[in-house]
Amino acid sequence: MDFGLSEEQVMLQETIRSFALSECPTTRLRELFDDGSGHDPAHWTALAEMGVTGLVVAEEYGGAGLELLDLALVAEVFGESAMPGPFLGHWLATLGLGLAGTESQRSQILPALAKGEKTACVALQEGVGAWAPKEWTVEVRGNRISGVKNVVTHAAIADGILVGLEAGKLAWVDARAPGIEISNENGIDRTRPFSTITFDDVEAEILEQGDGTAEKLVSAASVLLAADAFGAASKLIDLDVAYAHSREQFGQPIGQFQAVKHAIARLGTEMEPTRALWWHAAYALDHLPEEASRAASMTKAHITDRAMAAARESVELHGGYGFTWECEVQIWFKRIMFDRSFLGNPEQHREQCAALAGW
Amino acid sequence: MDLQYAPEHEEFRESVRAFLKGWPLKGDEAELPKEEQESLFRQRGIDAGYVYRGVPTRYGGSGQPNDAIKDRIIREEFYQAGAPGDLPSQGAGMLVPTLLEFGSEEQKERYVARALTNTESWCQGYSEPGSGSDLASLQCQARLEGDEWVLNGQKIWTSGAQRADMMFGLFRTEPEAKKHAGISYLLVPMDRDGIEVRPLREMSGGFEFNEVFFTDVRIPAENIVGERGQGWAVSRATLIHERNLIGNPFMIREAFDDLVQLARTRIRNGRPAIEDSGVRQRLAEIEGYVRTSETSNLLQFTAAHRGEMLTAMRPMMMNKVCSTDTTQRIMKCAYDLLGSDGLLAPLDEELNTWSRTTTSTGWVLQYMFSMGPAIAGGATNIQLNIIGERGYGLPRDLRKPF
Repeated sequence: MDFGLSEEQVMLQETIRSFALSECPTTRLRELFDDGSGHDPAHWTALAEMGVTGLVVAEEYGGAGLELLDLALVAEVFGESAMPGPFLGHWLATLGLGLAGTESQRSQILPALAKGEKTACVALQEGVGAWAPKEWTVEVRGNRISGVKNVVTHAAIADGILVGLEAGKLAWVDARAPGIEISNENGIDRTRPFSTITFDDVEAEILEQGDGTAEKLVSAASVLLAADAFGAASKLIDLDVAYAHSREQFGQPIGQFQAVKHAIARLGTEMEPTRALWWHAAYALDHLPEEASRAASMTKAHITDRAMAAARESVELHGGYGFTWECEVQIWFKRIMFDRSFLGNPEQHREQCAALAGW
Repeated sequence: MDLQYAPEHEEFRESVRAFLKGWPLKGDEAELPKEEQESLFRQRGIDAGYVYRGVPTRYGGSGQPNDAIKDRIIREEFYQAGAPGDLPSQGAGMLVPTLLEFGSEEQKERYVARALTNTESWCQGYSEPGSGSDLASLQCQARLEGDEWVLNGQKIWTSGAQRADMMFGLFRTEPEAKKHAGISYLLVPMDRDGIEVRPLREMSGGFEFNEVFFTDVRIPAENIVGERGQGWAVSRATLIHERNLIGNPFMIREAFDDLVQLARTRIRNGRPAIEDSGVRQRLAEIEGYVRTSETSNLLQFTAAHRGEMLTAMRPMMMNKVCSTDTTQRIMKCAYDLLGSDGLLAPLDEELNTWSRTTTSTGWVLQYMFSMGPAIAGGATNIQLNIIGERGYGLPRDLRKPF
């Protein structure tokens, strides 16, 4: 009975955190945010060498064979640093392939993804937030697929796409296959640009293995997005605290006023205890299958909602400066907007919680 | 991370469950008055090593080796069974840990066992009319005359003073010393001449707390815990115990389960309220907070167990605000489900209870009563100061010199 991190997990977070602080400081982040690429190939290469691209790929395919909690711990740090790059989609694609691919599919596709030689993305969502596998409509005829997917992060630089199909099936598609049209959108979160993809009779590897793998995949996505939002909100609280110390009005730091002090204490009290919520949901995905799906939905709804409220409050705590493009708060504000609305917003996930509880 | 219990702990859980088959009592014992039944079973729990584990046997506890996981299993199982375990009273919950840490050998022998069985009941004398959040400004005076303290002044919000045999309280014994350094922790028999208890009526209708007036009350000089002027430090230890009593995730889960049950039985638009999408949204949102408390409790438990207190420092500070906020969210939602049934005042027999809620008037009571814990033991606004200043290092409020 132990609900804490192992030494290896603490070290993993420290390693990634020190990488993010040295290689993606706010100045570099700002460049990547403003140029709209949302990607630094040097970051990708370095993090791939550190094993980040293959964290949840089985060791036999060249990955680290770790669990979802380990991945979520990295997602937390990436949220803290608003790390640009195609990590989220890549991780989810490797998870999906690992869960649903046959032995030969896995051994053909996963090693290059694990090493980061190839980049993957996931095409799951449709419409205005149809996130659940039962809502997917991409048609399958033999080994060819047709349909439209949106909010496909970093599709522009991906080599392969994991696609969610009708009846909750999954397929792996070469991003350059004939019949694919990728249309880049002007997304709000510039650390994770995305595209709409139209598949018109595209050749695909249909992944046949296992029932409920698509559900597990979207649950994993929910947990990773929640961990990211948690990290982002923690960063915002740090910024709020620093600003409350440095900004003076009426002859004293504004953090001495209870209006400001209590606002920050409230944000902390809404966020800090939820660390345990996403730890538990991540653990549940690997160890408590009967409660994993509901835990994931509850975690995404609760944390991204609280984080969004924290982001709005953080803008206010920074006053007029907080409302500028220059103020770094906006970067995490938009990171959290993405985490909250991508793959089901809190309202949708709460309805899912209600349904799964038999209410 | 591993949420499985080790085989030895699973075995232990089985033994606790087997023991709990003895509750409720059966046969003739089931005919005894409720309090006697509880005392009888509690004593069996002590004898079996499940109750008051941290209290040495010579003081009436079961003196078991420290094992946080076993403690947790016992709490879970006793709670599930609704069986009487450690009393959540001021005496057993707050005085006893304080005496074990700071009391003299005579004090432990004299008071602990009786507090554990509630044969001697205790109230807490901290707040005063002019000293609430700023507790250390308290003025109630104790002057040493020969071998006696002479007490003068007033305490307020003293829950259970009308029934208590004893009070532990803070008194100003060194008027010349600085604010915090002039306070001592004294034990006051409530039957002394010069003590007057006047009931105060709560907004919910009950008479649980009181004013206590002291006029030249004389108590023995040895009734001090710790040294003169150390009362503040001694009392900090007890306040931590009180905040832990308030931040109990089992109670929050129970209240939430009751809320779901209420939503199943109330009708909205001709159907059970729980089928209404607005109600479902609200329940699921509240459960997010409930789950947060439960999982955060686990995290803090492991941190304490591993001795990594720094990891859990912030969430521990936040427990009281989180749990009282969440409880209030539950009660507000319940109240809205009641509709105009929420206009009926609680029944007399429901007052002053803190039991599970099944009646609409019971919910009305809890709707009001849930505000109490948010104020007692450090009001939410004061907690937010502590979190802001100690948790996040924000500059301290300006304070006038004492």
